[in-house]
Parts: sequence; C-alpha cells; structure tokens
Amino acid sequence: MIRLEPAGAEALLLVLADEPDAGLPVRIAMLADTLRQQLGHLLLDLVPGWTGLLLHYDLSRTDHQRLALLIEPLLEDWLAQPVAAQAGRLHEIPIWYCGEDLAWVAESCGLALADLVAIHSGAEYRVGAIGFSPGFAYLGGLDSRLALPRRASPRVRVPAGSLAIAERQTAIYPQASPGGWHLLGLCPWSLFDARREPPCPLALGDRVRFFAIDEERYRAEGGEA
Amino acid sequence: MSGLRVIKPGPLSLLQDAGRHGWQHLGVSPAGPMDLLAAAWANRLLGNPRQCAVLEIAQGGVELEAEEALWLAFTGADMPLLVDGEPRLNWSRLHLAAGQRLQIGYARSGQRGYLALVDGIRADAVLGSVACQLREGLGGLEGDGARLAVGDRLAGGSGGFPRGASVPWPWQPDYQAEQVLRVMIGGDAATFAEAQTRAFFEQPWLLSSQSDRMGARLQGDAMVAPQRQWSQGVVSGAIQVPPDGQPIILMADRQTMGGYPVLGWVHPLDLGRLAQCPANRLLRFVAMGLEEAQDELREFYRFFGR
Repeated sequence: MIRLEPAGAEALLLVLADEPDAGLPVRIAMLADTLRQQLGHLLLDLVPGWTGLLLHYDLSRTDHQRLALLIEPLLEDWLAQPVAAQAGRLHEIPIWYCGEDLAWVAESCGLALADLVAIHSGAEYRVGAIGFSPGFAYLGGLDSRLALPRRASPRVRVPAGSLAIAERQTAIYPQASPGGWHLLGLCPWSLFDARREPPCPLALGDRVRFFAIDEERYRAEGGEA
Repeated sequence: MSGLRVIKPGPLSLLQDAGRHGWQHLGVSPAGPMDLLAAAWANRLLGNPRQCAVLEIAQGGVELEAEEALWLAFTGADMPLLVDGEPRLNWSRLHLAAGQRLQIGYARSGQRGYLALVDGIRADAVLGSVACQLREGLGGLEGDGARLAVGDRLAGGSGGFPRGASVPWPWQPDYQAEQVLRVMIGGDAATFAEAQTRAFFEQPWLLSSQSDRMGARLQGDAMVAPQRQWSQGVVSGAIQVPPDGQPIILMADRQTMGGYPVLGWVHPLDLGRLAQCPANRLLRFVAMGLEEAQDELREFYRFFGR
C-alpha cells in the first residue's frame, strides 16, 4: 500500500512498497523522473531509496497537502504503467581481488579463493539505490553463498575504490570513508567525480558485472595504493 | 573586489553557503551552515541574499588582515572581536581600513561564528555550491573540500555603508541558556513502544563530545529502538535511534540515506541552537506540531530569502 508521509517540515516520503524487489529500483527511478519533470519547480532533491522516494520540497512554494494533491494523479498513472522489462545499461568494471577480508570471507563461506572470485565476478548485479556517500551504489543480487552480516564494528577508514560485500549486496566505496562491509578488492576507476558529467556513471536500474584483473593492469588503469 | 588575507585560520573554519541541493540522489551531502539563523543574519547585515557564502568559524582563533578597505559582518558564537587590538561588537557589521587586522578570539559561549563579506565570499561552485564538505572533498575556496589555511584569501565585494549596524539584541540568541529543542514526532515513531517515546521527552540528554558536523550524538538512558531494514532518504534534524539506544540527530554534513529508525525531527531553526552547544551540555526536547514549524520556517524564508 502506497503511503505519503511527512519527513520533517520540508520533505515528503513516498512509501511505495513494504519490501524491495528486483524491478522496483527502475520503477522508482521512472517515478522520480516524472516527478522531476512535472513538479521540479517545487522540489529541491529527490532521493530514491529501496522501497520509497524522499522528496525535499521548497516550503516557500508548497507544503505537504498541496504537494500530495499534485502527486496523487501522477502516482495513479505510475501504478497503471506496465512494468517495462528495462534492460538497464551494462557496466563492466575491473577489480583487482586483493582485499583485506578476501581470505577471511572465503574461509567463512567455506570456499576456495578462486571460487569466491569466480562467484562474485560471475554474477550480474543491479543498482538498487545510491546513497551513504557520493556515488556509493548499492548493488543487489549477491550470491547467497557469499552472504555475510556486516562487521560487528566498522573500520574507521576504508580505502577509496574498495569493493565490498555485506548481506546480499555488493558495492564500491568511491571515497575513503568509514565502513562496515567486507573488503574483497580494489577498483582502479573513479566512480564519482564532481567535475565529470554525469559525476556518477551508475544509475538506478543499471546492471554491473565485475571482471578480475591483476595488480599490473590495476595500476595501468590508474589505480593507486 | 576586496579581500582578507588569512594570518591564522583557526582549527576548523569552513566556507558555507545555503548548501548543495539537487545531488542527494547521487549520495552528495547538502552541507551548509550548522546555524542557519546566525549565518542568515551575517548576510542580512550586509544586505546580501541568504545564499551568499560565509565563513563558519568553529571555536574561534582566527586572524585576518584587510588588503583594502572593506565591510564585513560577524554573528553567532560570542567570540571576542578585536580590530588592531580595539574591541568591537559581535552581531554587527564593521569597517576595516587597508592593513587593519581583525582578531577573532576563542568562543566564550556558542561554538560557531559567521563572517560575511559584501556580496558573499567568492569561490567557484562545485555541483552548484561552495559549501565545504571535508568528508566528501567538495567545496571551499579551492573546490576540494579543504578547511581555511594560512595564506588563503577571502574575497568579497567592495560596496560600502554610511555606518555600522547591529542585530537588535532581542534577536540575538542566548547560547548559554539550557536548550529546549522542539521536535516534530513522526517517521518510525509509531513503531517505538509508547514508553520509549515518552522516555525520550522526559529525560535530559547529554550532548556527546563525539558530535560533529555530521551528527549530534546524545547520551542518556538507552532507548529500545525497533528494527528497520531498508535504507531511505533522510533529512537534517532526523532523530535516529541506532541499536545502542543513544540517539543521533543528523546535522548539515549528514549522509543522504539512513537505515536506523527515526523518532521525529528537530525543528530546522532549533538545530542552530544545538550546533552552538558545547559537549556535555544538557538538552531537553519538547514536541511541536508540523504546521507550527512550517509557519515559522516560512516566516524565516520570507524575511531572509529562500
């Protein structure tokens, strides 16, 4: 059941589903595009999440009630739209599988190192949400054989470019930051650059595959550390 | 154009404008001033639009030298202001002649002072804003998120005024008073046990020394929070309750999404008073209605500009 809830004095949360599903990120991204086109003059930020969409609005131009009235017909259209089998762009991203937690993850999952790498790089992932830090894309679809809870205590600093896993997700940390996921490797590419257009190459619903490279190739592609 | 040369930058002086909006869907923090009201008054004293960049000076300890004659304004924390050794009033605009030095001492009350120049402090915007975000390496004078450093130059416009002016004293907040922060209850509040919500409002909370521009951490009798699984967009002022039961109030440099349950939201203008509290200050919270908060915010935008 869809709900429109206040989120403080200047934002509205659209709760679109109780649980995420594989097609939802693309559908939420479509809804965000529609709202940006139709109501962009009233909105400051649209933040898609796993099961909903947060709208930061301009309180000097609108409020919760008025915005809700404008959104409701757009939501009806959105619900009536057939669930398009969106392909999403495919990104193939090189990874040097050298992470601090690689051996520990393999052992915890009862896998040989080579199998761990083969399973991780053999799957196709979907961008389900972008948040936490600039360009941090939550990729859904991690093989259940690799599912592990987050670290009990997060690392104070995870290096930029780190490829990590937690629960049924994988992601790359675009900047050095604290982090509680398990580190499997390093990506030589910068996944967020404010000077680039667009700053972040990944978008909601895009598909991602990883392929293994060695240290030499990692450095040749611009990787550091 | 006129400028100030930085002789002493202070421990944490950051360029801030109204914040970086329109990029939260890519995980970019809004940043912006911690005390909206004090920053807005600094611009107002010079006739600047509210969005103009100001210098947010945490703690104090700043010394600046005027390269040419200029006007500036200072508001926020009670930091001693000296022009070539002569004391000046806070919450005022003042004139510096070429070569004069402005010393901003350490705060006697409050934590953050705001320095404005005519037409705003100049810097190239990154993703639409000069707001300095240390963690993300965005904004500031060079665009790389660096704090103010020795030798930096703060450039503003050269407009003038016939005389100084101050914010009338009834409008100057008292940062030494015990702070009672107003909260709109909502978010995941309905999933908290009623006794837990009551306990949040009944007990005084200590402001932890772990607090920073990202979040104000509270210390008190641990609350029991419900579980929430899926991360959603979050707003500034959100009161998150992580599993350890010690609430965190999200501040200007907050993340864009969060997974912890939210009990409600501190009024955006009360976040400024929170930002001016030193560690270990006692805080109390009181419930307020959403519409009342919106009326007050609209008034703020009408007076200072959106």
